[in-house]
Amino acid sequence: MQLKTHFALFDEGSKKEIRRAILKAVAIPGYQVPFASREMPIARGWGTGGLQLTLSIIGKQDVLKVIDQGADESVNAVNIQKLVNKTTGVATTIETGEATIIQSRHRIPEVPLTEKQIMVLQVPIPEPLRWVEPSEYKTKKLHAENDYSGAWLMLFEQIMKYGKTATNADHPVLVHDRYVMAPSPIPRFDNTKMHQSEALILLGAGREKKVYAVPPYTNVTSLAFDDHPFEVESFDGKHCHLCQATNVFMDELVNQDTGETYYQCNDTSYCLAELNEHEHVLEVAVEHAR
Amino acid sequence: MAYVAVKGGTEAIEESIKRLTFERIHAQELLEIKTIMATMRGMVDQVMSESSLYSEFLAALAIKQSEGNMEEAVFLLRAHRSTLPRLYYTRVVETDTMAVERRISASFKDIPGGQILGATYDYTHRLLDFDLIDESKAEMKDWLDQFIGEEVAAAKESNLSLLPKVVDYLRKEQLLSEVPDDQTEPIDVTKQSIQFPTTRAERLQVLTRGQTGAVTSLGYAAIRGYGAIHPTVGELRVGKLPLTIGNLSDDLENDYYIGDIKVTEVESFVPISIPKENNTEEIEFEIGYGICYGQNETKAIAMSILDQSLELGSGVHPTQDEEFVLLHIDSVESSGFISHLKLPHYVTFQSKLDSIRKIKKESEK
Ligand SMILES: [Zn+2]
Repeated sequence: MQLKTHFALFDEGSKKEIRRAILKAVAIPGYQVPFASREMPIARGWGTGGLQLTLSIIGKQDVLKVIDQGADESVNAVNIQKLVNKTTGVATTIETGEATIIQSRHRIPEVPLTEKQIMVLQVPIPEPLRWVEPSEYKTKKLHAENDYSGAWLMLFEQIMKYGKTATNADHPVLVHDRYVMAPSPIPRFDNTKMHQSEALILLGAGREKKVYAVPPYTNVTSLAFDDHPFEVESFDGKHCHLCQATNVFMDELVNQDTGETYYQCNDTSYCLAELNEHEHVLEVAVEHAR
Repeated sequence: MAYVAVKGGTEAIEESIKRLTFERIHAQELLEIKTIMATMRGMVDQVMSESSLYSEFLAALAIKQSEGNMEEAVFLLRAHRSTLPRLYYTRVVETDTMAVERRISASFKDIPGGQILGATYDYTHRLLDFDLIDESKAEMKDWLDQFIGEEVAAAKESNLSLLPKVVDYLRKEQLLSEVPDDQTEPIDVTKQSIQFPTTRAERLQVLTRGQTGAVTSLGYAAIRGYGAIHPTVGELRVGKLPLTIGNLSDDLENDYYIGDIKVTEVESFVPISIPKENNTEEIEFEIGYGICYGQNETKAIAMSILDQSLELGSGVHPTQDEEFVLLHIDSVESSGFISHLKLPHYVTFQSKLDSIRKIKKESEK
């Protein structure tokens, strides 16, 4: 009994159904569209939402990039990329600019995305109000009634407690002046990249069975008060020890021998590109010197 | 001269998968799929039930591949299920057509058709049987020949299909609260995500796919104090149900028979108080329903308890809260999300560090 896998794993009916949910999500920016999330060959919570979106939109001409925690070589990214490649045969890349579909957990690349690209984000908890209201039935009503006082109150309470907002990654955003949306667990640093993004951004939550989207050129604002403006993670005065980049999201590393803290670009393909760019400049400089 | 990306992840995965294969075969013993099918009935039944896929062969394959790890076997089968197109729905089955192998009632001693113990561990002494260490094929064959001889003689005297339902007796006595016949086409929870509040059909589907341990635990909680429910098993049946699918002409006579599935079905009777007009109360019975693939009796009973809790519970206890129960009993979903904690969280943790440091700095001012 030998079974051959269908192109992109799913049967055509399933893919069509997921694409319909995506279209609805694009038509109503930031709105969580329920969909019949399939059980996948990778575990729930490991990116099944993103994977389902990728598999349902991917075509033979696409070039896929998969990121986990900023890295292409993270084992989970490799694993997802392997699965898509195995079931579709499409080309894969680590270069952000070459990719037509970028599936990611936790990061939007440092290089600005283009109209030719679709960003697929893996989402664990799609409900921005989940921390203030545990019931799905009630949060759905709150969205319908445009009642986001819970989210505002959460930020207000943090200011009362800590003197400032204390959200971590996944700081809620308002999309197209209507729906408050969980921007997946991307760091606050990446929230701003969603605003007026040239690329379509799709967000998929497999276990929670929701798809939502930020269409290209859509306003996305992070919730904040006038007197307590939104702040991103700060890497002031820090630079990547490899490529010297500043103003990017960085991993904090510790030298085991000296105990010293140093920093490195979290987006590994960006870092590599920067390194190679400098290399080129170096070579050109040598050329001129001759 | 250029920088090249590190390939650590790819190699690490390949080595890990090799290591896994090594663990499965290093003792140089191979388990045949047919041996698993023939000897691991309990496990095969549980895997089929939690996977919502009725195939003893594929369940046995999954068990072999996962080295008998239940959550992994269910995971494999569920993922395989996603690759299959769903072309038909079977006709609705009336369970009184079941070819019964086991049938007991804890409510009435004399049920029409009689109690049939069938195969059960309930009355075995749970003492390790050291004779099994040296069980031989010859002994096995002798035992079988004798047993089958006795069975054939006994089978001539009884007919075990079309047995009456115990619940019909209560209905005749008007001791059951009236339930209107609901012929609404059920929503398939694997094709449409559930929305709250749910319908009973959706709840029953989620419960029957639920992880055996999780369904049992929550059912247990409901009768132990977190649910105030005291059910009696009205009827528990194990047996085979014939399934048919419709044909294009939609003529019932010409339906196609596609095979039998073995199921465990439970109808629990739960007494409930009905307020009457003159400030008095009457007691009637409500049915809690449980059904699952294979012989899975504890799960089916627990399911019947949770069905009743969710249908009639006041919501005071977590076992009466459908979101609490339905969103947490799924094997693949719960084990997947718990296990994702093993994935790196460098980015979110960095973000959290930043936030904690800023707050600390603020409070030091
Ligand atoms: Zn760098």
